[in-house]
Amino acid sequence: MAGPLEPLFDLEEMELSFGPQHPSTHGVLRVMLRLDGEKVMEAKPIIGYLHRGTEKLFEQETFTQCIPHTDRLDYIAAPTNNQGFVLAVEKLLGITVPPRASYIRMILAELGRISSHLLWLATHAIDLGAITPFFYTFREREIILDLFEEYCGARLTLNAMRVGGVPFELPDGWVEKCSAFIDEFPSHIDEYETLLTENRIWKKRTVGIGVISAEEAIDWGLTGPPLRGSGVKWDIRKVFPYDRYDEVEFEVPIGQAGDTYDRYLVRMEEMRQSARIIRQCLDRLPEGPVMAKVPKVLRAPEGMVYASVEAPKGELGYFLVTTAKGTKPYRCHVRPPSFINLQALPEMVKGSLVADLVAVIGTLDIVLGEIDR
Amino acid sequence: MWADVIVTLVKLGVVLAVMLTAVPIMVWVERRGSALIQDRLGPNRVGPFGLLQPVVDAVKLLTKEHLTPEGVNRFLYYLAPGIAMVVALSTFIVIPFGFDPGLELFGHPIHGFLVAPDLNIGVLYIFAVGSLGVYGIILAGWASNNKYALLGGIRSSAQMISYELAMTISVVSVLMTTGSFRLDRVVEHQSHAWLGFIPAWNVVPHILGAITFIIAVFAETNRLPFDLPEAEAELVAGYHTEYSSMKFAAFFMSEYINMVTASTLIVLLYFGGWSIGPVLAHPQGWGGALTSVAVFGLKVAFFLWFFVWVRWTLPRFRFDQLMAIGWKVMVPVAVLNFVLVGVMMALGWPV
Repeated sequence: MAGPLEPLFDLEEMELSFGPQHPSTHGVLRVMLRLDGEKVMEAKPIIGYLHRGTEKLFEQETFTQCIPHTDRLDYIAAPTNNQGFVLAVEKLLGITVPPRASYIRMILAELGRISSHLLWLATHAIDLGAITPFFYTFREREIILDLFEEYCGARLTLNAMRVGGVPFELPDGWVEKCSAFIDEFPSHIDEYETLLTENRIWKKRTVGIGVISAEEAIDWGLTGPPLRGSGVKWDIRKVFPYDRYDEVEFEVPIGQAGDTYDRYLVRMEEMRQSARIIRQCLDRLPEGPVMAKVPKVLRAPEGMVYASVEAPKGELGYFLVTTAKGTKPYRCHVRPPSFINLQALPEMVKGSLVADLVAVIGTLDIVLGEIDR
Repeated sequence: MWADVIVTLVKLGVVLAVMLTAVPIMVWVERRGSALIQDRLGPNRVGPFGLLQPVVDAVKLLTKEHLTPEGVNRFLYYLAPGIAMVVALSTFIVIPFGFDPGLELFGHPIHGFLVAPDLNIGVLYIFAVGSLGVYGIILAGWASNNKYALLGGIRSSAQMISYELAMTISVVSVLMTTGSFRLDRVVEHQSHAWLGFIPAWNVVPHILGAITFIIAVFAETNRLPFDLPEAEAELVAGYHTEYSSMKFAAFFMSEYINMVTASTLIVLLYFGGWSIGPVLAHPQGWGGALTSVAVFGLKVAFFLWFFVWVRWTLPRFRFDQLMAIGWKVMVPVAVLNFVLVGVMMALGWPV
């Protein structure tokens, strides 16, 4: 990459503090911009406005008590957060999860992925001026949140997984409701695509914007749709299958150009694939217990463990260090996908316009909850 | 003499009242219309079907605190919303609302359904005054002492200048075939039918010009997909970021008034005004005249709905794309239309 851009003429540049109070920085992100007219010469993300010391909190709580804290990382998609943490602890303690519990986890995680992608689509479209898709996606997201509520009582911060399984059996009629939703959901995706995919203004705003090549994406450590949009077939569910993802069939959609439009297409297809996974899980849902036999007080051996899941935003990993017979993590580090994906922002927007900055922030699909932790 | 003054004052009053009533109605239509498009209900608590919602909104805006941010240029900051309002309202005095068959009120002729009956530069006046509207936006952006507002103001000045050119060139062809700047003449020119049943609306021979004109007025009125001066996702609220209460409402109202003006212009220039072919070309008496006003109103209402419909369906252009379309597509197409119509006239075609 070339050095900092210089203005065309000897003109005064404008410094603009974009955020933290701004309608399209998706939370409390602040970007310090150096502008030449509307051209972005430099963009510097400033983070930390939502720092709550989550990783430090983990050290004060028992393993089970940590799970609600994970809800608050990527608060848009809580199930995958829970899943990553319990998988790490299970790996550490050597617990095998009953198949029914695994399937329920996968259903919840994929519903969470759909709900997260719906929220992304809604806000991304609003950022680019299309307000109407928002209401269509929220109509479907509402059904997902209702399903969550019926299962565990919460709509966003689910706390719906435990070390060794899931806390509840599925309520009566839940499978039928979920099944009905999954059957009609693909037709709703078609509906969103009618509004956007072939829309010429939408294409003008997204094709060739925020381009990142496959090599750069790998160098920056991008994961999730920003990596797959550049044509790298990398999905934790496929390469390191966890729970029972090796028992279900699904495709990993990839893009080619690595631009905003391809990332859009990738996420749209991911929603279809998630629906496909849920369909298979519902059809094959095994009988049996939803919790393994685990002791009341979880005591870890001394050691270190890293477990990761494919969260909607990318690879979400938990690194735990434990002491012998410890009931709490000695140290915990979270690898949040948004934090690492955001690092590419300055490169992706350099030399483009303010309007593109908004598009790129949208396409990275960041959640400040897990960036600042 | 005095009778004329009174008639003109009454007409001014009526036009003002109609415009200030049209705004809340349009706001209501916009909100209920967007709700319809977005599969939700929209305002439905205040009054039947939420019809009184704009009224209570106005009350809210009137009673809100007048905030003046630090470091603003006070004079221009307060002047800008006024300019926007005055310009938006004053373009309206040359718009004819219907056909006047020589009506008299208490023994005095009313000189047509427009405020300035003998102004023979109608269209020119609209463009001349209308282009002043950009001053309201630029001054608001500059005087606010806010970087987002400044960017909004700069965007709007560039946008208005580029789109006004395309708009004006596309209208020239209409004026060429009519041979007059007066809008009632433009309507009269369209008040017949081809082959006895096809209304001779300008939209047919001037189709390229009509398309260019309609797109350009979207840009002129700062409506999506060209609402860049206030692009919410990028510039917070653009040029009116620092305006609150009635000062904001003035910008808001001027936008809607501009929409109404734009719709009337589309109807007058390209869709036969109040006439439907030879029907209503020369209606008689008060009944006929008012019918022509109603037909005109319906046509305008359609285009107002068109504005709403487009806004809630399309994404927004980027600034450089907007400029590229303006200069590389709209202006050449408008010129092409101008040449085509000229050729048609030279060949003696009925345009």
